[in-house]
Amino acid sequence: MKNEWPLWEIFIRSQHGLAHRHVGSLHAPDEEMAIKNARDVYTRRNEGVSIWAVRSADVVASAPGDKEPLFEPANSKIYRHPTFFPMPDEVKHL
Amino acid sequence: MYAQMVDTGVKAVKGLAEMSPEEQAFQARIEADVKIEPKEWMPEAYRKTLIRQISQHAHSEIVGMLPEGNWITRAPTLKRKAILMAKVQDEGGHGLYLYSAAETLGVSRDQMVEDLHAGRAKYSSIFNYPTLTWADIGTIGWLVDGAAIMNQIPLCRCSYGPYARAMVRICKEESFHQRQGYDIVMTLARGNDEQRAMAQDSLNRWWWPSLMMFGPPDAESVHSAQSAAWKIKILSNDDLRQRFVDQTVPQADYLELTIPDPDLKWNAERGHYDFGAIDWNEFHNVIKGDGPCNRDRMRARVSAWENGAWVREAAIAHAQKRATRDAAIAA
Repeated sequence: MKNEWPLWEIFIRSQHGLAHRHVGSLHAPDEEMAIKNARDVYTRRNEGVSIWAVRSADVVASAPGDKEPLFEPANSKIYRHPTFFPMPDEVKHL
Repeated sequence: MYAQMVDTGVKAVKGLAEMSPEEQAFQARIEADVKIEPKEWMPEAYRKTLIRQISQHAHSEIVGMLPEGNWITRAPTLKRKAILMAKVQDEGGHGLYLYSAAETLGVSRDQMVEDLHAGRAKYSSIFNYPTLTWADIGTIGWLVDGAAIMNQIPLCRCSYGPYARAMVRICKEESFHQRQGYDIVMTLARGNDEQRAMAQDSLNRWWWPSLMMFGPPDAESVHSAQSAAWKIKILSNDDLRQRFVDQTVPQADYLELTIPDPDLKWNAERGHYDFGAIDWNEFHNVIKGDGPCNRDRMRARVSAWENGAWVREAAIAHAQKRATRDAAIAA
């Protein structure tokens, strides 16, 4: 039991979608098989029109323990949302 | 319930006071329905239990391809053949989603397969029964997938993120499985005398093993209590089994098929069906390895793995050769 096929993360963009979504992972020996296997396993029900396969080892993720320092600062910056600025009703196209 | 009687390695469920600070924080997140994700701290027993539960669930999907695969070459029409192939493909896919979820907990695919082949890991008892007639394909979809759905829907809310998400995907695909099964049984039940008899015979053989899928009553099981505390077991075995009976009896009545239980009776006071005693000896024998098909199933799985080794090795050798060649060209 050695020489396991590497693990890949699969992303699919749907017909109407704007971005690829992560749908799952699979093992494949190389890029071509990764795409073929992804098509076989993750697109049986018209889930999408485009497949990205990325070696799992190449995915860099933020550490769960860093959630606070990374994402908390944005909570207080609500002026980044348009709704922070009420506009007079008479003024159009803003 | 595809994973039956999962051993948590625990002798007693810890009260909050007996837990370490990390365990208390972890338990608080479980109570708050915050999903646990890979790479986050978790008690070793939680990790080990999940590996057992998820991998046994995955093994069940893969072994489950065998009794149904048995009838692909003998489906009565091209349409039924294509549909059965699609279902069996789905089961392979379900195995993949579950193995992937288990792998996030630090166990390798090879290790899980080795544990299955060595008999250390189990799979659901139901797949140790033979498919003797075409009607069995219908009954399996109707009862076995029906029972699976019963268990899998609550698991979509379980505490471990990757497992819960795998369940969501599986549930979406599982409904077609149950409906194609009932469709087959319905066709037979509305057919000629021979077809009706085939459907009834199939129900007679699969009813009790389907009830056993939910596992023994877990009132005294410390493992069930621990799994419930960790939210990796959402409803009790008896609870699920009762719901299954309540929902399935009317489905059989509609087809005028008789469920092989003389003690089956609607209990207006309880608001549920009363049903007869289950032979737990049969269940334990099957789990131990003495069901009708245990040895056949393992032989088939081991043989598929060993006979396919050259394909896996060739694919890796080819990939490595190409990578070396590409590197040489680039240099």
